[in-house]
Amino acid sequence: MTETVLRSSAEKRRFNFDMRALSPFIALIVLVIAGALINPDFLTASNLLNVVTRSAFIAIIAVGATFVIAGGGLDLSVGSMAALVAGIMILTLNGLGNPGYGTLALGMLAAVGLGAACGLANGLIVTFGRIEPFIVTLGTMGIFRSLVIWLAAGGTITLRNSELRELYRPVYFGDVAGVPVPILAFLAVAAVGALILYKTSFGRHVIAIGSNEDVARYSGVPIWRVRTLTYIIQGICVGIAILVYVPRLGSATPTTGLLWELQAITAVVIGGTALRGGLGRVWGTVVGAIILELVANIMVLSNFVSEFLVGAVQGAIIIIAMLVQRSLQRGR
Amino acid sequence: MRGTALKLAAAAGLFAGLTTGALAQQKNVTIGVSIPAATHGWTGGVVYHAQETAKQLEKTYPGLKVVVKTSPDGASQANALDDLTAQKIDALVVLPFNSDELTNPVNEVKKRGTFITVVDRGLKDPSIQDIYVAGNNPEFGRVAGKYFKDNLKQGNVVVFRGIPTVIDEERVTNFEKALEGSGVKVIDKQYANWNRDDAFRVMQDFLAKHPKIDAVWASDDDMALGIMEAIRQGKREDIKFVLGGAGMKDMVKRVMDGDKMIPADVSYPPAMISTAMFVTAGQFFANAPMRGTYVINAELITKDNAKNFYYPDSPF
Repeated sequence: MTETVLRSSAEKRRFNFDMRALSPFIALIVLVIAGALINPDFLTASNLLNVVTRSAFIAIIAVGATFVIAGGGLDLSVGSMAALVAGIMILTLNGLGNPGYGTLALGMLAAVGLGAACGLANGLIVTFGRIEPFIVTLGTMGIFRSLVIWLAAGGTITLRNSELRELYRPVYFGDVAGVPVPILAFLAVAAVGALILYKTSFGRHVIAIGSNEDVARYSGVPIWRVRTLTYIIQGICVGIAILVYVPRLGSATPTTGLLWELQAITAVVIGGTALRGGLGRVWGTVVGAIILELVANIMVLSNFVSEFLVGAVQGAIIIIAMLVQRSLQRGR
Repeated sequence: MRGTALKLAAAAGLFAGLTTGALAQQKNVTIGVSIPAATHGWTGGVVYHAQETAKQLEKTYPGLKVVVKTSPDGASQANALDDLTAQKIDALVVLPFNSDELTNPVNEVKKRGTFITVVDRGLKDPSIQDIYVAGNNPEFGRVAGKYFKDNLKQGNVVVFRGIPTVIDEERVTNFEKALEGSGVKVIDKQYANWNRDDAFRVMQDFLAKHPKIDAVWASDDDMALGIMEAIRQGKREDIKFVLGGAGMKDMVKRVMDGDKMIPADVSYPPAMISTAMFVTAGQFFANAPMRGTYVINAELITKDNAKNFYYPDSPF
């Protein structure tokens, strides 16, 4: 994980950075202990598996967001994009009709393809249009959201064929050797993401444009191509997340994916990626997503937090977790 | 001034209608309908029913024109009201986004002598409206509570709340009030934002936390669908039924088909916009007093009456 930083660091500094990379994991362990103290049911295998499985969507999307943010960009459209991709995927499956693996494969292809296309659109407008990514993706956020509302006529897009539904259901609810499929999916996505970010020249280019775009340009990094690609990766990740999302409830509504963009960005930052770019931590991001879901779970399991105050306590826990991380880094 | 002239004209029209039916056709009335755009299931239903009713009314009353405008937020709804007044409407049927923002804009329309019908969410100044058609949120909670009292008699219930709003508060307080003195106990409450995904999450956590749950008050059909999926995954046999609310077509269908887990539903019909439009049209075309407040009952939908609540063509 130290590959992302300059090699000029001394032995002490190296240790420093290891601490920084480790801190999300330490926060995770602290939270698990806190959860166990609050409610013994927290540590049951079924509860923990539920929580980690649920974090899969945000984790997968956040892996993509790690690329965008590490490259100095931002994508606010992922939640709306997720809703649109889910809607189109279900409509495709409904349109094809006959239940079978071929139909499912086509639907999945449509989902990932559309995700990539949405990402390409974001990327091209940011790079060729020379517009702030915040504005571009705020715009596409509205566009994607309205499109799904329009497609659903304000109602729900539901997977109509129940046979197809049952065929697809194991992708969320099934498991391989006891490990739920969504967990395997986000581990695979994170592994590939880590490989690309840490071991390829493309990954180094992403970090380079994130830390200093001008220097990267003078060093011959193809800025536009690299930046556009980060948005395409983000889009593909949204597509993959939806492959796991649709089998759960078999429907998309206008409220699908609401505020997912904020959760994804929070997961990325909790994971240790710098919001200003130039530093990316894929595994930290995955842990960040799990932490977010764990906090929500602990809130429901606790008996002493009134339902009116859940949001406040959740916010406080996230801030405290970040403070603990920072102090760990400074203390060394 | 215009108002009086209009009323006189309307009265004249009525007399004409009474004496010779043929003359009634010459009366021209325009009703403007301003509603929120379809941003979630329920408002989607409102838009559908408003458009269907507009067609139906125009067919029933020749000379009547109905203009339906949808707006994505409060500020745009205020603009939409300006556009509607520019089209010289005789009556306005409005489901306001929120009371604070729209009280003044609707009052402006009123000052031009327009007949005002307010639906569901009341304005801050009730003297503006000529007709008020309202859903009954306290009743919604009461009907649900009574169902638990009568059918569960005793046991543990978990409650799903929507988004922290007055509507939600009224529903939940009255639900709990209705349970008083019965053996039914609310063991946990949590917000799930009228959202399927959130309800799925919270239900998974409730299942982990409580070893025995006898029934669930989902309080909303969207949330009920998420809850059902979580129960199915948890393979829990202790939960006897889930009671939703609103009257989404998929859920009404399940009640109709006799689904054991969904034995009933409580209505909060988006079609109340149709009630408002019909009563408003009646103001101009029927020889009957129309001004007043109409409270639409929250009704218990069971297998026997479900077909009266089933709109297969509605998106909701």
